[in-house]
Amino acid sequence: MSAPVGTRQTPEDQAEYHTWTGKARGWLLRRLPADKLLPEDQPSYVASWIYVFGMGAIVSLVFILVSGVVLSLNGPSWYHVSGLGHFVNSVHLWSVELFFMTMVIHLWGKYWMAAWRGGRTLTWITGMGAFLVSIVTAFTGYLLQTNFDSQWIAFEGKDALNSAGIGAWFNVANLGQIFMFHIILLPVAVGAVVALHVVLVRMHGVVPPLEAAESDAQLQPGANTESTEAGR
Amino acid sequence: MSTATARKAPRGQDSDSLARRPWKGKVREYDLFKELTVALVVVGLITLTLSAVLGSPDEPSVTLKSWATAAPADFVATATAELGGTSETAGYGPPYNSTPDATQKIGAFDPQSFSGVQLPIDTAKDLVLDPLSTLNSPPTELADWTSATDTQRADWTTAYTDALGKAKDNDPANVATGDYGPVPALTDSLLTMAKQGALDGVLQAKDQFYNFDYTRGTLFLGDGSYFPDLATAAHLTGDQWGMMNETGNTPGQSWLWLFSFWYQVEPFVSAPNADLLVVLLMLLLSVLLTLVPLIPGLRDIPRWIPVHRLIWRDYYERR
Repeated sequence: MSAPVGTRQTPEDQAEYHTWTGKARGWLLRRLPADKLLPEDQPSYVASWIYVFGMGAIVSLVFILVSGVVLSLNGPSWYHVSGLGHFVNSVHLWSVELFFMTMVIHLWGKYWMAAWRGGRTLTWITGMGAFLVSIVTAFTGYLLQTNFDSQWIAFEGKDALNSAGIGAWFNVANLGQIFMFHIILLPVAVGAVVALHVVLVRMHGVVPPLEAAESDAQLQPGANTESTEAGR
Repeated sequence: MSTATARKAPRGQDSDSLARRPWKGKVREYDLFKELTVALVVVGLITLTLSAVLGSPDEPSVTLKSWATAAPADFVATATAELGGTSETAGYGPPYNSTPDATQKIGAFDPQSFSGVQLPIDTAKDLVLDPLSTLNSPPTELADWTSATDTQRADWTTAYTDALGKAKDNDPANVATGDYGPVPALTDSLLTMAKQGALDGVLQAKDQFYNFDYTRGTLFLGDGSYFPDLATAAHLTGDQWGMMNETGNTPGQSWLWLFSFWYQVEPFVSAPNADLLVVLLMLLLSVLLTLVPLIPGLRDIPRWIPVHRLIWRDYYERR
């Protein structure tokens, strides 16, 4: 059954959606309206340095992807013979180091905030998913260095993978296999999980403080002239 | 906060109900795109500065040629072990071969065997005999080896291995006279082939123009002492926290610290199935951390140890 052509439909009115596409759009718009996706304000408690590390991880990922694209366009051995290539390789390395540093601080910050409260379990799980997939991605990157370090990591790393029975399909000494994992499969996985994580953060909002209560001053309208009252 | 004790609902429940609905209290101005831009500039400056000042390590790879040239005695001893089927690779088990009782397992749980021999490697054939047969003039001793019985071959390689161990500097030139059959000639030919650089190409190419697979060369290198000794000198071996180290002074995969940690302590250090134990333990810990929100006790620790008082200090001061 389809809606009449030209009928104007509003996100708020589910009854007006008749197609799968329309219902999916309504579902998305109800859960992630524009003011949640791109907010101009945040709750007053979002006032700590701990909040910058999530953004730090995302921005580090941007530098990883940009430097990684340049490296992949020139091939895995380019950086051995080019000064520019070596610099881009260094940018790739250090943005990875910053990525993990900021992500781990973000992770433990969220742990101590018990940030999974209030229906945010999936947000935590996707964040952990991003962390774990990133570790595998970084491992494949170290295997792609095509130098002594990657040689040794391949030799040493095979034992854990073989003991788990996956060494043939994740063969650390097979450069072609690892290359595909590192530049296609795993980056897509990291990107997808991080994107889902960010969307969930925006959908659910930043978790309020532990022990926060309805009687707190910041939940009483007009009590704080420095802040603007939430309009939602 | 002392006022919390007077509330009707327990503090935790009140907090959780607040967390479930959109925030109705005070807000502060927040510019997502501005934060993104500032973060790009700050992280960009830090990354570019670290890259320009500290760079990145790039220790050249080891080749079979460089190994044969730098440590010919070790190369010959390793080639003899590959020929005799006594090297680490020869006795590894799946996925390279089906050596009995070689796998790491816990009771009947044996995923290494479940995977089967997916990357078959016959060390004598793949690492020694086949490469020698690609030479323009293959050593005539290949025929002697081929026509000998398994017992005869084992006797030759065992005798030659013992003789190499007793020779001055383990140098094949100093080996005492004995019945080693074609083994000295075969391993010497392979040494020459490696020194000339031909063995690297033959092992990698497998009679094909294109190849991406370095499994056989990597395993051959690892069966010797030269390659692992270089790794030890660079603090890269498993018992040196090597999994998280990088050559030189550059930080490596420091996020693998816990994975590396287990290899430093008992019972893992002396366990014959340490790799499997560590993999399973890390899988378990990863699942636990991922499912923390669902696990009573683990999810309550942040309430018991109030680190959040520091994070939301400003909020609590203005309650």
